[in-house]
Amino acid sequence: MSEQGGTLNVEGPRHWRNVVVLWLIANVIMVPIVVFVLGPGLPPGNGSVEASGQVTDNIVLLSLATPVALGVLVYLGYVLWAFRERTPEVVVDGPPIRGNSSVQFWWLIVTTTLVLFLAGYGTVRLLADGSGGGQGPNPIARPAVPAGGSRLVVQVVAQQWQFNYRFPGYGGVETNQIELPENTLVQFNVTSLDVIHSFWAYELGVKADANPGVNNVAYVTTKGPLIFHVRCAELCGVWHGYMFNQGRVVPKAQFAAWIAQQRVKFAPATKTLPPYSKTYFPEPLRRGG
Amino acid sequence: MSAIAVSTTAPRSGWRKLIGFNMLTGILLGIVGWYVGHWIGDRITGANLAYFSAEAGENDIAIMLGYFLGVVGFLVGLGFANYPIKRLLGHPPSLAEHESEEEGVFRYFTLSTDHKVVAKQYMVGIGLFFFVAGLNAMLIRTELLQPDVHVFGANQYLTLVGMHGSMMMGTMTSGLLGPFATFLVPLMIGSRRMAFSRLSAFTFWVLMAGEVILLTTIFFGGFQTGWTGYQPLGAQGTAGYDAYICFFALVGLSMTLFGFNLIVTITTMRARGMTWSRLPIFVWGAYTTAWLMMLAAPMLIAALLMAAMDRTVQTAFYIPGQGGSAYLFQNLFWVFGHPEVYILALPGMGIVLELMPVFSRKPLWGYRLAVAGMLGIAFLSWFVWQHHLFVSGINADLRPFYMLSTELISLPTGFIFLCALGTLWRARIRLTVPMLFCLAWIFNFLWGGISGVFNSDVPSDVTTHGSFFVMAHFHYTIMGGLVFAFFAAIYYWVPKMYGYNLNERLGKIHFWTLFIAFNSTFAPLFALGFMGMPRRVVTYNPAWQGLNVWVSISAYVIGLSMLVFLFNVVWSLLIKREPAAINPWHAKSIEWTLPTPVPVQDFDRIPVFDADPYPYGVEPAPARAPTLAPAGGSA
Amino acid sequence: MTAAGKRIVGITVFAAIVCVVIGLYIGLYLTNVPGSAAATQTSSGTHLYLGTVPAAETTDRHPTWVSYYAVDANSANWQHVTTYVLPANTVVTVTIYNYDGASGLRNPWFGQATGTIGGTITLNGKQTKAIDPDDASHVFSIPQIGLAVPLEGVSDNAKNPCGNAPCSLSYDHTTTTFTFRTPGKGLYRWQCFVPCAAGYIAGFGGPMQTVGYMDGFIKVV
Repeated sequence: MSEQGGTLNVEGPRHWRNVVVLWLIANVIMVPIVVFVLGPGLPPGNGSVEASGQVTDNIVLLSLATPVALGVLVYLGYVLWAFRERTPEVVVDGPPIRGNSSVQFWWLIVTTTLVLFLAGYGTVRLLADGSGGGQGPNPIARPAVPAGGSRLVVQVVAQQWQFNYRFPGYGGVETNQIELPENTLVQFNVTSLDVIHSFWAYELGVKADANPGVNNVAYVTTKGPLIFHVRCAELCGVWHGYMFNQGRVVPKAQFAAWIAQQRVKFAPATKTLPPYSKTYFPEPLRRGG
Repeated sequence: MSAIAVSTTAPRSGWRKLIGFNMLTGILLGIVGWYVGHWIGDRITGANLAYFSAEAGENDIAIMLGYFLGVVGFLVGLGFANYPIKRLLGHPPSLAEHESEEEGVFRYFTLSTDHKVVAKQYMVGIGLFFFVAGLNAMLIRTELLQPDVHVFGANQYLTLVGMHGSMMMGTMTSGLLGPFATFLVPLMIGSRRMAFSRLSAFTFWVLMAGEVILLTTIFFGGFQTGWTGYQPLGAQGTAGYDAYICFFALVGLSMTLFGFNLIVTITTMRARGMTWSRLPIFVWGAYTTAWLMMLAAPMLIAALLMAAMDRTVQTAFYIPGQGGSAYLFQNLFWVFGHPEVYILALPGMGIVLELMPVFSRKPLWGYRLAVAGMLGIAFLSWFVWQHHLFVSGINADLRPFYMLSTELISLPTGFIFLCALGTLWRARIRLTVPMLFCLAWIFNFLWGGISGVFNSDVPSDVTTHGSFFVMAHFHYTIMGGLVFAFFAAIYYWVPKMYGYNLNERLGKIHFWTLFIAFNSTFAPLFALGFMGMPRRVVTYNPAWQGLNVWVSISAYVIGLSMLVFLFNVVWSLLIKREPAAINPWHAKSIEWTLPTPVPVQDFDRIPVFDADPYPYGVEPAPARAPTLAPAGGSA
Repeated sequence: MTAAGKRIVGITVFAAIVCVVIGLYIGLYLTNVPGSAAATQTSSGTHLYLGTVPAAETTDRHPTWVSYYAVDANSANWQHVTTYVLPANTVVTVTIYNYDGASGLRNPWFGQATGTIGGTITLNGKQTKAIDPDDASHVFSIPQIGLAVPLEGVSDNAKNPCGNAPCSLSYDHTTTTFTFRTPGKGLYRWQCFVPCAAGYIAGFGGPMQTVGYMDGFIKVV
């Protein structure tokens, strides 16, 4: 069986030209809308440096996806109009075209280039600052401390069904609320006491699974004041949908005052907590009771 | 050796038919098996374990053994042990077909080795549980109408979510190949049977047993893990999770053996002249899927066996702090789980590419490219699974690799698209109901595929993982792809399988309602995910209620369209019964040359193949020109 | 009757059976949720009385499961409900009679009372900020408003422990009282944080994950 290729019929180029022209027009309309109108509104917003990076990444993805989607849609719409059988009571066959090696070749080249570019671009963006994702106990993408800023380590202790936050640099105090100072490189050490949860701080662009027995590190560089929503993003039992709280990014002085107040408030609890550690294996562990 | 033995005893009438090995006996012996297994489990539970069982009020060992012996009893009652026992007792080997003397409906409730009967059993069984799972989806959307009023209990809601997902995944992995590959693959390759006819029946009945077991989860407290069954959440739960384990283990068994059966059939039973390069693309789709089924499903069975041991005999495979790892389950599950979703997608591609030439009246464009695409998808699907775990804390060095491999899999998928689109070029497109579903497949899978590229990009995935964006992505590929292809295949092949036409007008109403409602339901979910709504939640930010209400109402419309379909099926196949022509679609593949209904032996003489499978466009004359002159060549 | 007629009858019967089964599924299983109890209004304010037991009533669906109950001031009138109706923006006094022994906290942080007025609780008449995490038997927590109150367990050497609900005050028990201010109108959820579900891995399965036992709702009206 051989594939016929190469020479197109006389009518061929007319249809091809129509499709390409329609596609170009559609792109001229849609791509600017995507890049300039939809783009800036893409998630997760500009609440942190990593979140802004994700927005840029999404804009690139969407801008490249638009011509591809338009290509398929314009082509589909056109062939359904141009080549629809208008006298269906007669069953007539079309021309026996089995393929076209040059079309296949260029399709392969274009799609491969697109895919390799996306993979490369995504890798570059990911390795630049970690994009706010959990990188496991040995992160390889560590963003730099911002100019004029500082570092902060926060341990996120996930349990069924509440997030607690532990600050090793402040006496190991554990609280159920989270505030972060602005213009700071925050290192989240995310772990779980029981089942798999996921720490998702939407506006900060951070998501790191809380895996029991694992220290999952995620970085975020805060910018200005912000209210962010923390939600659990991995099904962890009956109250998974109710496992959320709100956090705030506040000026440094306000953060210092807040953490001092938390240390006083939770002094009785801090005395009973186990020493700060990257993972915890609490007892009772086996079948309780 | 294709002798068909026909029974020579007088046919039994009335209730006497029920005596013997059939589904009713199977159910009775299954119930007996449950109680026996439960009793044995209670006896063998040692004192230490019995203490915990008494505290919990349930004994997992007893329940698991009950399910196991229940399934064994069910299969024995159907008659699967008869032939092995006969052989053990010295009877000679036999290929005797179990067919009833009469053409009645009763043979569908027995062990049948006629592949056409098994296919129709699959059709009804798959259809039944597809609708059960679909009902669960309607109920899920009912709960999500309001964030602060709960229609169902919080535990029951999670069981609904888990049951919908598990039942759909377990049912639809055999959803296309079960009915259609079992019926058509032997015909398309020129064989009278599958390689292992009894195995074919076995895979069907085992799947049905598993589905029923899944339904029993509601009597044991349901399960709270969703279809992915993550540990150690699953190990914590009530005995409803045991039902989930047994269900998926049986589904895995069914898949493994079904895939094996297909592989041997296609490899060894092709008739003379049916070379690999003449195989219809549907058979290629079945073949590549079969390899994935056979190799991936055992991983699931192994992962679940370890979970069962954690729950029953206190091993700690998945319990951190006791030496286990929750990661282990995630990885084992997704090594199965990712090929699994291509098991769902590939048959749909095979069907769409098989049907489009018929309704474009042109050969399949780029046949070799399409085959390469299917083989590429099957091969690459093994190398991408960690994209489900990008933010789980996997070794950060691995993520660029999995990003690349996942993006690469869009290349062979693109080949399939190119072949589908190329078939439409300068075609004579006939917008029949099957063709409408195929075209919708292209549209839906486009959005599914593009959103997949977003998910495969790690920075973008940091926000979308575990959110409704992922839900929208896989519903576009699985429902927009697989389920639409499922309906295309039903409308296309029912006239041959059942001998009656489905009403075309109702079919078009079904299609348009489903297509519009489907997009109206799932497109907003992309937005909800982007806005920050996690999956599997019973409450949400009240600001998102408007979108959720829109989605729920659209989901109800999907349900209505399914009622239209059901009405069409009942009306056309059970009441009106308008006999179908032998070849209503003027298709040129071999199954349409056979009479309707297809006789028991399929072919009077095994065919010899000598042409390519898509001989369209060869004759310029119309296939059936009553009084009209041949249409002029206006492209 | 014609063959078609027989088929129509068969289809109708089948459809009716399906509708009945779906109705049972929804009515008997899906919507089977525990009832609710309202706080009592007295001259001294709004009061809610709860009881926690090591095992539910012998006639309960799960007679071996730990559970919360709604009771009255004398630990009588036991209702197996876990939705508590409270007025909005009001100071509510909650008294919990705990008849269960200690399991110990998985996260000792919950040994300290949070979210109560004054940050304290009254345990057996004495005011305190925290209890020993190993003595904790249960916790009453509404995470959405930051409320978490530990309940000390009955001693292991107790002479007269209660087995199944209902339990009267003559059995060994601890009494914990606290006040908190309810938020605005809405539906909130409460839970226990002690791994007290005996027989389940990590003590967090079964009753700990089932609404009606160690989990429930707060309906603020």
